[in-house]
Amino acid sequence: MTSHLPPKPTAQHSQAVYGGAAAQQARPPGLLRWLLTTNHKEIGTLYLIFSLTMFMVGGVFALVVRAELFQPGLQLVQPEFFNQMTTMHGLIMIFGAVMPAFVGLANWMIPLQIGAPDMALPRLNNFSFWLLPVAFTLLLSTLFMPGGAPNFGWTSYAPLSTTYGPPSTTYFILSIHLAGISSILGAINIIATILNLRAPGMRMMDMPMFVWTWLITAFLLIAVMPVLAGAITMLLMDINFGTSFFNAAGGGDPVMFQHLFWFFGHPEVYIMILPAFGIISIIVPVFARKPLFGYASMVYATAAIALLSFLVWAHHMFAVGMPLEAQLFFMYSTMLISVPTGVKVFNWVTTLFRGSISFEPPMLFSLAFIVLFSIGGFSGLMLAIVPADFQYHDTYFVVAHFHYVLVPGSVFAIMAASYYWLPKWTGHYPHAALSRWHFWLSLVGVNLLFFPMHFAGLAGMPRRIPDYALQFADFNMVSTIGAFIFGFSQLLFVAVVILCVRGGEKAPARAWEGAEDLEWSVPSPAPLHTFDTPPDFQPLRRH
Amino acid sequence: MSTPGPNRAEAYSHRPVPDARQRDQGVRRTVMRTLIVLLGMSLFTVALVPLYDVFCEVTGLNGKTGGSPQALVSEGVDSSRLITVQFITRGSQGLDWRLDSKTRQVRVHPGEAHEVMFAFRNQGVEPSTARAVPSVSPSQASLYLRKLTCFCFQEQRLAAGELIEAPLVFQLTTDLPESVKTVTLVYTLYPVEANAEAQQASIPASKGGQA
Repeated sequence: MTSHLPPKPTAQHSQAVYGGAAAQQARPPGLLRWLLTTNHKEIGTLYLIFSLTMFMVGGVFALVVRAELFQPGLQLVQPEFFNQMTTMHGLIMIFGAVMPAFVGLANWMIPLQIGAPDMALPRLNNFSFWLLPVAFTLLLSTLFMPGGAPNFGWTSYAPLSTTYGPPSTTYFILSIHLAGISSILGAINIIATILNLRAPGMRMMDMPMFVWTWLITAFLLIAVMPVLAGAITMLLMDINFGTSFFNAAGGGDPVMFQHLFWFFGHPEVYIMILPAFGIISIIVPVFARKPLFGYASMVYATAAIALLSFLVWAHHMFAVGMPLEAQLFFMYSTMLISVPTGVKVFNWVTTLFRGSISFEPPMLFSLAFIVLFSIGGFSGLMLAIVPADFQYHDTYFVVAHFHYVLVPGSVFAIMAASYYWLPKWTGHYPHAALSRWHFWLSLVGVNLLFFPMHFAGLAGMPRRIPDYALQFADFNMVSTIGAFIFGFSQLLFVAVVILCVRGGEKAPARAWEGAEDLEWSVPSPAPLHTFDTPPDFQPLRRH
Repeated sequence: MSTPGPNRAEAYSHRPVPDARQRDQGVRRTVMRTLIVLLGMSLFTVALVPLYDVFCEVTGLNGKTGGSPQALVSEGVDSSRLITVQFITRGSQGLDWRLDSKTRQVRVHPGEAHEVMFAFRNQGVEPSTARAVPSVSPSQASLYLRKLTCFCFQEQRLAAGELIEAPLVFQLTTDLPESVKTVTLVYTLYPVEANAEAQQASIPASKGGQA
């Protein structure tokens, strides 16, 4: 496995250039160092470790759900606890695993990719990270409260979360508020960094795609996080202060919660996929040894997806009832999103076309992303068709759809990014054989897990139930086997990361042959302080 | 790690190093702008609540009816068609009351005023207060339903075992769309808690969520 080695490490600045500031700065010892750090790389590492921890916690919850669904009937858990598990799994994975992972990658890589010495607001950066452990400790503590954890699904529809919610709902609201504040502060920081701290000579259209997609994602976060905060504040007031925003008895309307929630919720799904698009757009050209096809169209497609995401929220609510005109509008606007998304998929494929492709772990995950994310996109198109949606609504078909875009979508992109940048983070290549095992087991596991859900859903199996009719037994058994393969193969990933931190094949500054972005001009592992003096940026030939 | 070597100055001396103060100003400006967007979106969220109510009232989408008596419109009776008006009543969990309609359904001409009696009975052992909240189906018919008198305009307070009868006087306007043949009125009883007087009917915008 030498193909990833560049013929000769070139353009590597001497270690001396970067060592200076780090050596001069005294740091508090031990744990205080991590609590007080304002360094973007250390905070990035904290985010990534936190996200991996939450990924494991949320994964355990998912395995409880899948274990219960292994056979029809109630075997392991009570329906009340089952509902808490599905809810907590969704909340933890979305707000605790996927979003912090992308913020962690942004923290680590955006300053390196644009040649900035750090994030624009380093102390704010520290605060946004440390809000997260507080938020999720609070959320997880609800499991031990009387009445149990939230059990109404991550969507927390009123009145399930107001009139019928457990007493711990108020804690859930506070923890989501904290996570939301963390996201907003992180987004402000990222925007300020990208707009002001680029290396001299780097224009917006010279930025790597990961930076572009994160800039757009950060704007989405700023735009919709206040809507979520508002909606859950109204829940809080309905529960505790006797208002009736969503209470029909007092003149409110429960459907309004769904509108508010999905006005946040749909852009939220793009918040979780746009940075993934950026990662794939960076990795595919490197391992195909060709420039990215259609860089400018990628940027415009990302912006178009972000704008359209504000116009499609009600496709989550077709079954709630709305006038025909509204159904048609939301159906067509949803389908319209497949145009810019298609532009992206075609650009990736065209980048691969006649490329000199090698299959290192980051590329394996990226290729799997392109194929499997497209499957998720197609089932999304099916769900967009109003008359068909009435059949698919609230079935396992929906579960299959959003897990295909989130697991082999977002999560595989995060894995790809980790394998791609681990040499830069640790100075070592990830263990080749173990990472291949991780990839193939994940690939087989994820498809065994989620593909049968399409069939179960089309056959009418409802989601969010602990027990089911006998005809769904085979599909569920396969899903559960896939879930355990997928879940346990993630332990291989943990092993790869630990081994990589502790040792392994040494990586040069430019760890991958085709990698040309600025982060590959600093040594591997990247010293604590980089680009104290702005680098000499030469725009890449993009076309 | 050693201190910066002399090659550092040489390597970068020909390139303009951005002025740190200028950069800080840029960061401050960007942060201010993002904070303005944030504030704007927060206000927008709060504004969505009254906007939603106005939108539903104009379009009649959520099948709500007005909370106060409306005047009788005398524009003649459209005797060419008969509309079936059905009355459905529902109780509520945790409230030991019955609400019954004396008439299950009536057939009326558009333009004609009609009275229907409803009976409330408190079957509990405590005096309590409740309110009947209406909903109209199909929802667009709510725009053509005028209530001249309705028990749903105010709360009812009944002693234990007390029974009262209250009228609903309504009129369907003559411009009711031809496609509507049946209008269903659903009244759901909700308990009114002693401390919750403020939560009635519409919600003032000032109580919107703080984002």
